[in-house]
Amino acid sequence: MQYLENFGKYFLMLREVFSRPTKWPIMKNLILKEIDDLIYGSLGIIIFISFFIGGVVAIQTALNIESPFIPKYLVGFTTRQSVILEFAPTFISIIMAGKVGSYITSSIGTMRVTEQIDALEVMGVNAVNFLIFPKIIALLLYPFVIAISMYLGILGGWMAAVTGGYTTSAEFIKGLQIDFQPFHVVYAFTKTMAFAFILATIPSFYGFYMKGGALEVGKASTTAFVWTSVVIIIVNYLLTQMLLG
Amino acid sequence: MIEVRNLHKSFGENHVLKGITTTFEAGKTNLIIGQSGSGKTVFLKSLLGLHVPDKGEILYSNRVYSEMDEYKKRNLRQEMGMVFQGSALFDSMTVEENVMFPLKMFTRMEYEEMKERVDIVLKRVNLTDAHKKLPAEISGGMQKRVAIARAIVNKPKYLFCDEPNSGLDPKTAIIIDNLIHEITVEYDITTVINTHDMNSVMEIGEKIVFLKDGHKAWEGSNKEIFKTDNEAVTNFVYSSELFKKVRQMYLEERN
Repeated sequence: MQYLENFGKYFLMLREVFSRPTKWPIMKNLILKEIDDLIYGSLGIIIFISFFIGGVVAIQTALNIESPFIPKYLVGFTTRQSVILEFAPTFISIIMAGKVGSYITSSIGTMRVTEQIDALEVMGVNAVNFLIFPKIIALLLYPFVIAISMYLGILGGWMAAVTGGYTTSAEFIKGLQIDFQPFHVVYAFTKTMAFAFILATIPSFYGFYMKGGALEVGKASTTAFVWTSVVIIIVNYLLTQMLLG
Repeated sequence: MIEVRNLHKSFGENHVLKGITTTFEAGKTNLIIGQSGSGKTVFLKSLLGLHVPDKGEILYSNRVYSEMDEYKKRNLRQEMGMVFQGSALFDSMTVEENVMFPLKMFTRMEYEEMKERVDIVLKRVNLTDAHKKLPAEISGGMQKRVAIARAIVNKPKYLFCDEPNSGLDPKTAIIIDNLIHEITVEYDITTVINTHDMNSVMEIGEKIVFLKDGHKAWEGSNKEIFKTDNEAVTNFVYSSELFKKVRQMYLEERN
């Protein structure tokens, strides 16, 4: 019953996000701040993870195709497919659910605990729009983050494969180009946009409607991470079935 | 002026406010007192429009709240200032930005104009050198002063304070009390303070509403509270030995 209530409350919150907008000069600053916190602040960890996971994917693939009948360019092909189709959009989004999601929940939750949200509401400010809308807009830049992740994942794969002696650079690049379907990139960015919206709104929901004190802020962050991840996985399945199935 | 008529509010089976009727006049510091669980916070939140009453009416300068549409309610909220128990300052903003916030949100003032207004109110609350500091970098008493400055910067008609003295030392508490009282008189604001602090009651309680179990058990001024023989009030206000002696001395002096 609680799940159903939260489900309804989430959609009512979304309606409120897009009503009674905050004045543009203020909103503009809020959006820039969120871009700095959510996008720019996440680049370091995403660059690091993407590069090394790309490398690991390439090495694992190379180690598992020892048969002389399987061409070596398959290392590049598999790295490309893994990174573009799943690793960059989905795996990075799960990591972002932990990094950005818990930040969003704890920052909004702390505002709730310290009555800052009440202060906004008493002033007549649409607190939901003021706090959540800039996050949604900032995360419109999320596909750029994923594009960087894709590029670095493949670069990491190439470096690991070539420097480790698993394949040649030419073979790897041939694998990257072979049977390339541009729609796979469209599919990846379509689901990235869906994940960006989930990353902005579900953690905000758990922060905004939390009750209690500091301990509950921590609990809300954990719950937000779990539900954001679950919803990302489900939406990933549904979009994959719809777009590629 | 705020008029409250037969206000009722329940949460499920819990009937919190049971028909409160009272008036809070402009230019006076009005205090709501009562034990924990007596309904003070629900009453204050109802006055702020954060709780919708089940029955009864609240009139702000003869305007009935329940008859207002959303647009009028939002405009009314811009006539209100609120000082929260924990100050509720936006911790990512400096003192100056906090105080300027209502002006940025609800006026079309130029930056210079806003800056001038912020300087005036910060000076009024005796904070002249904290403009660029973050809330975390100033003391609790200073945070309360910033909260008061933010509450009055947009020249509100109604000022609400929830436990403005909580967590403050006695000397700072008196300074905050006097500041709220002076501002109330100076700007002719209808001020309603929710408090447990008996010093505030004695110092600035021009009108006191005592709540007990959701009912208005007594109302009067800080002068009258010494003389009252209402048992509920005397048990609550004079629960400490010190206040018992103060009252006794006051009554002996009068006799």
